Amino acid sequence: MNAIALTRRRALQISLTTAGGLLAGVPLPRAVAKAAGVQLGLYVRIEPDERVIIGAPSTEMGQGINTAMPMVIAEELDADWSKVSIEQLPLMIKRNPAGPGWVFTDFPAGAGGSGSMIDAWAFLRPAGAKLRQMLIAAAAQRWKVAASECTTEPGCVVHGATKRRLSYGALASDAAKQAEPDSKSVPLKARKDYRIVGRPQRNAQAQTIVRGTERFGIDVEMPGMLYATIARPPAFDAQIVSIDDKAARAVPGVRDVVRIDGPKPDEPLYILGSGVAVVATSYWAALKGRAALKIAWSASPWASESSETMATQMERLMRGRGHLVNDEGDFDGAIKKAARVIERVYSVPYIAHATMEPQTATAHVRADGCDIIASTQSPGLSSRYAAEITGLERDNIRVLPARLGGGFGRRLEADYVWEAVFISKAVNAPVKVVWTREDDLRHDYYRPAGRHHLVMGVDGAGKVIAYKHRLASTSKSYRRRGNDGSKPWEPDLYDNAFPSGFVPNFQREYFAVESGAPRRSWRAPGHTANAFAVQSFIDEAAHELKQDPLAFRLALLHDDTRKLNYGFDVPFVGARLAGVLRRAAKEAGWGSPLPKGRGRGIAAHFTFSSYCAEVVEVSVDANDKLTVDKVTCAIDCGLPINPLGVKAQCEGGICDALSTALHQQITVKDGAVVEGNFDTYRMMRMDESPRVIDVHIMENDYPPSGMGEPPVPPLAPALCNAIFAATGKRFRDLPIGAQLTKA
Amino acid sequence: MIKLTVNGEVRSYDGDPEMPLLWYLRDELKLKGAKFGCGIAQCGACRVHVDGDAQPSCVLPMSATAGIKVTTIEGLSADGSHPVQRAWVEEDVAQCGYCQTGQIMTAVALLAQNPAPSDADIDQAMINICRCGTYVRIRRAIHRAAALMREGGK
Repeated sequence: MNAIALTRRRALQISLTTAGGLLAGVPLPRAVAKAAGVQLGLYVRIEPDERVIIGAPSTEMGQGINTAMPMVIAEELDADWSKVSIEQLPLMIKRNPAGPGWVFTDFPAGAGGSGSMIDAWAFLRPAGAKLRQMLIAAAAQRWKVAASECTTEPGCVVHGATKRRLSYGALASDAAKQAEPDSKSVPLKARKDYRIVGRPQRNAQAQTIVRGTERFGIDVEMPGMLYATIARPPAFDAQIVSIDDKAARAVPGVRDVVRIDGPKPDEPLYILGSGVAVVATSYWAALKGRAALKIAWSASPWASESSETMATQMERLMRGRGHLVNDEGDFDGAIKKAARVIERVYSVPYIAHATMEPQTATAHVRADGCDIIASTQSPGLSSRYAAEITGLERDNIRVLPARLGGGFGRRLEADYVWEAVFISKAVNAPVKVVWTREDDLRHDYYRPAGRHHLVMGVDGAGKVIAYKHRLASTSKSYRRRGNDGSKPWEPDLYDNAFPSGFVPNFQREYFAVESGAPRRSWRAPGHTANAFAVQSFIDEAAHELKQDPLAFRLALLHDDTRKLNYGFDVPFVGARLAGVLRRAAKEAGWGSPLPKGRGRGIAAHFTFSSYCAEVVEVSVDANDKLTVDKVTCAIDCGLPINPLGVKAQCEGGICDALSTALHQQITVKDGAVVEGNFDTYRMMRMDESPRVIDVHIMENDYPPSGMGEPPVPPLAPALCNAIFAATGKRFRDLPIGAQLTKA
Repeated sequence: MIKLTVNGEVRSYDGDPEMPLLWYLRDELKLKGAKFGCGIAQCGACRVHVDGDAQPSCVLPMSATAGIKVTTIEGLSADGSHPVQRAWVEEDVAQCGYCQTGQIMTAVALLAQNPAPSDADIDQAMINICRCGTYVRIRRAIHRAAALMREGGK
């Protein structure tokens, strides 16, 4: 689907689904097939009363995909959006016709890397368009006219010459008998003809959400279901020495205690550690049983690790030479010739996902099959785990993603699904695993911590001639299955990033830091750290060179129209980043004077496939109290499928990033995580949220690109740049926390 | 035996008196609208009305529920017609939606006490965490709900 052969996001998806060889699931979308009405293709059911039920093949975690994807199908189908309702589809896979293992039946299920919309554009447009052609063919047959004489209006086929019309409901069963057009050649609508896509549509599940009847993973019920909670190791990789479960088993309602021996310290992570599950007839009884367990744990091999030892390790490593990831031009030569050299160091901590809904999965393992309903971004991985645990054929394993109470990348991992399947098999009953908040914060796959050293060389005319980014981090590729860890920089530095390709002499150097804390993907992964360091540094350089921070960035980008491979699905075009910078600046009134104690900061970043610039305007009062008065955002995501959803993602991403920049930090002490709940892991609330968020969507002819992550990375640097503009205080270590009052 | 009223219905409970109200609502009455987020009264996802006040149900033991009147999101309106629910839909507030039932219950209690809250009032009352960051739309929705109620929405 794209010229770039194996992009990072695609590679990620493949690793999630086929590493270890196999993927599992069910052949048919039972959720759609169950009811009356006529099933057309994989995604659509048309009811006699004209309701159109569209199956959503991705997973909804708040990114709006179960509104946006059905919009794409409905558009090409030419459905009447007011008659559309949406159902979550289970994972759909089939045996690989070209070799061993399993492949997706059609849409690559799961959500990560802001890629669902790119996939939807490739898979779901033709899926909808084919059905429209089949409905037209059915009408033409009935009228005995040529299909080419017919067209559609929302929900019906029209014969222009005779002004006859037939509704989709009346045509559906005949349409199902028509030959299915080829996906590659089926005609697609022109953008000018869109009636649904590109127009603001509200969250399709809003009604059930506000009534409290929307079912999330934690709300799943199965007949005879038991509840499980797991006692987890007190430090990274501690193993079970002995269990005394007498008192736990004596708690009323406790049915069983299940020992789980997790991965050894040198093995890939599939779950986060060993544990002891207490299974009971109620969640409360399970919690009480867990509290009554007496478990002797082995010492952690990481017992001496703390946040301080990690920082020391980073500093020490960076005194030496690391792995040269990029080496363009002659950095060493150019930096010697530079009229001026600017250097800064930035740091970011471990952070946790803290999905609002704690991790949860429900599984029922039987001799002949397995049902899983879970809050997961990775139904494919879930089914593979289930197949490995149960030995069942993959087509006997059914995985239905529930609505997720937040994802943020945490639920790309399916460890808690593994737990539910394992425990269900052990106790021979349906089991719902529910983590507590303490489980969630102390046993997460954290966003890597890192220390960034940036160096810039400028010539006598103020032009950047040399640039180097040195990063020491606890790599995200830690103990990842199918990854031997030999290229630890890959998920933390990506292939290239701005200003690669814009400075003639450019280097990036990487240092792998050891840590026992598990880590993986946190919304926009490496971009959050790198955008903070790079966009803060560029701002500092501009101030030091007495240039305007916006003008300095635009001069670096110089409206470049080259297509650069930054390692993602779509190439990077400098002019598009310049475009969002200019737009955000214009809308924010960049350059207009502000009273004392107020300031504006700007930052922009390309994340996976979309471009986002943000201008943050802050006030800092005499008591050093910070208020974010306004965030102005310009987003270029190509065609915005649902502009209202795009704006929601910008607002949410901005708040998520602000909360993180202000407060969030996971501290390690004695090889374990200190923070256990929201009393110590502070989340931003209403009172600290921006007073105004003003979002502007760029208009252009590009195809749609991702929206779940791109608004996050520019916020932290724009915020710190704004605080500097307001106060002259520069923060280089996240979170800002109490630094403002101490500085 | 503890007797309490949930959404207008009198209920009897004789289980573990230490069990928090949240798990009684969710696991025994199958009212899933109140959500589990922290278990220590920090996030607000589990908020229900206890005698008209928005309270975290995750730390209220069943032993303390005798005679109380509980309203959950399911009891707010049968059809989503409460002005706060309508405002939430009209402002397209929800992203993942997990915290929104607790947000709505807090907002309803706020508006009952203060029919025309200022932004500062909203800042003070709305202490629920929204991990998706829908705060700007929540604020707008509360102002809209206040207007709907003034127009006689309810």
